[in-house]
Amino acid sequence: MSSSATTDSRPGTPAASGAAAIRLRGLRKEFPGRPPVVAVAGADLTIGSGEFFSMLGPSGSGKTTVLRMIAGFEQPTSGTVELAGEDVTGRPPYARDVNTVFQDYALFPHMSVQENVEYGLMVKKVGRAERRRRAAEALEQVRLGDKGDRRPTQLSGGQRQRVALARALVNRPSVLLLDEPLGALDLKLREQMQVELKEIQREVGITFLFVTHDQDEALTLSDRIAVFNEGRIEQVGSAREIYEQPANVFVAGFVGTSNLLRGEEAERATGRRGTYGIRPEKLTVVRPGTRRSGSEISAAGTVAEVVYAGPVTRFVVDLDGGGRLIALEENGHSATHDELRRGDPVELLWHSEHLIEVPEENSTTDDPSTAQRSSS
Amino acid sequence: MSLSRGTKAALWGFALLVLAFVYVPIAVVALNSFNSDRTFGWPPPSLTTKWWSVAMHAEGPRDALWTSVKAGVGATIIALVLGALLALALTRFDFFGKRVINLLVILPIALPGIVTGIALQSMIQNVLQPVLGINAGLFTIIVGHATFCVVVVFNNVSARLRRMGASLEAASADLGARPWQTMRLVTLPLVRSSLVAGAVLAFGLSFDEIVVTTFTAGPGTPTLPIWIFNNLFRPNQAPVVNVVAVVLVLISILPVWAAQRLGGEAAAESRI
Repeated sequence: MSSSATTDSRPGTPAASGAAAIRLRGLRKEFPGRPPVVAVAGADLTIGSGEFFSMLGPSGSGKTTVLRMIAGFEQPTSGTVELAGEDVTGRPPYARDVNTVFQDYALFPHMSVQENVEYGLMVKKVGRAERRRRAAEALEQVRLGDKGDRRPTQLSGGQRQRVALARALVNRPSVLLLDEPLGALDLKLREQMQVELKEIQREVGITFLFVTHDQDEALTLSDRIAVFNEGRIEQVGSAREIYEQPANVFVAGFVGTSNLLRGEEAERATGRRGTYGIRPEKLTVVRPGTRRSGSEISAAGTVAEVVYAGPVTRFVVDLDGGGRLIALEENGHSATHDELRRGDPVELLWHSEHLIEVPEENSTTDDPSTAQRSSS
Repeated sequence: MSLSRGTKAALWGFALLVLAFVYVPIAVVALNSFNSDRTFGWPPPSLTTKWWSVAMHAEGPRDALWTSVKAGVGATIIALVLGALLALALTRFDFFGKRVINLLVILPIALPGIVTGIALQSMIQNVLQPVLGINAGLFTIIVGHATFCVVVVFNNVSARLRRMGASLEAASADLGARPWQTMRLVTLPLVRSSLVAGAVLAFGLSFDEIVVTTFTAGPGTPTLPIWIFNNLFRPNQAPVVNVVAVVLVLISILPVWAAQRLGGEAAAESRI
């Protein structure tokens, strides 16, 4: 790149600062077939510099395809990808200032851990000493400083994951793409890696774009989340916004427990028609006739199921007016909860501000199957 | 698994029988190469190394061996280049007619050798000779052998490429490597052992090929198998044929051993 070039996009140059790290405009991807398979049906998204951003959705919802189009492994059918304000849509992966942590890690089996981490610097002709120093630094950062001369095959899954992270971070990309990086790890290790990922992101200040189907992971890690479904972005917002104010029935169901009342059920329980949702932990289960304060609303029902789950107990309650709600109660707070059994009559209490009106769909596409699925 | 004493003995007996079935005839040939009786009378009246020294100085087998080596090396080189490139194209890229080409590449190994031979011979007689002035000889042998050697290399390399998956090459590109760098630093090192295994196998196939060779070799350029076949029933040459056969057995053990070792390493390498 010559010094006279005006479209210099290296991060930190005045032209790039202030611009969004990633901007997707009308990004669409169809895979050939009869009819063509629409993997991504037009995604618009702006991700700020230094954000920890998650793309959350079930498998096949298009989130990984979006990631692959940002990395350059797939070409969009239409739409554009901008990195730091510059259109990179037609560029190959090696000409984009992003690095990827792959789901299967994709470590080079014929190279040592050190050589794996140095790879990106080596192909960019960084000097040997500088390469050594930076790779050692990156390995130190993921607490693998002593494993440099091992082969990837000699490492555990968690360690390989960290090598993959170091190999990407050592290049100091402006954006790090993570494709379900924790999917192959067991629960304990996953929770530990979540904390480490968050710490590393804060330390290096790089934009993280994280793909996951695990709602807990997305809620725990992210500054903002985009919820994907069937190739569309259903909602973009902070963890709290997504959880407390789901944009539609799909988001309410996919993130957290779906606790919906529809039509007449809703009218009988709340006095209002429409589709309403309420999170299980916002509900209180009491015996009928128990005194309540003014701000609470109540609905009568019968306990259909009691599930003890350690710190909490889950009550499944069939309402007398139709519909079924799930309530979570912390254990050890009330003797009443220990005594409740299947078939006992109860009352559910909640504060009116916790009842959220949930649109069936936020777009013109009205899918009757979704409605049937969650009301049955 | 634990077996009863009787079953074990029976299995051992059966295994030895099968091994004997395969190896005793070879042992007989080896012994006959030292048989002092010109007509292989059995049991050998006495042992001699005469045939070995005769064979050592005979020009026929030496020239034939040299022809075979040149044919094998030539066919292997063609097979390596074409087979590896085909494997890369067919596993890593999508294009129109991909399935047809895949089938066309594999077909020659299923085709009976005699059909390939006849086809090549008529090609040589009707096109190569009158139009281009190329006579049946080493060149036509190499081309004939290459038709099935390409498949062997192709199968080895494409199996490796498929098992590898494309994510390593994607990772390399993602880290900033240009296509040539990815080829040199990632793809080639990872398929190298399958290339060597394919080459060894291709050379072996070419070395003992007789059917296609019969139709493509000219009268002046017999390969070793053709020479053996031609001389087997000549009383004068029969003892020398035995010596040549034993030498062939000894030579062919080497590549098999090498291929097995490489196969083991390759398996360990791809296990990640």
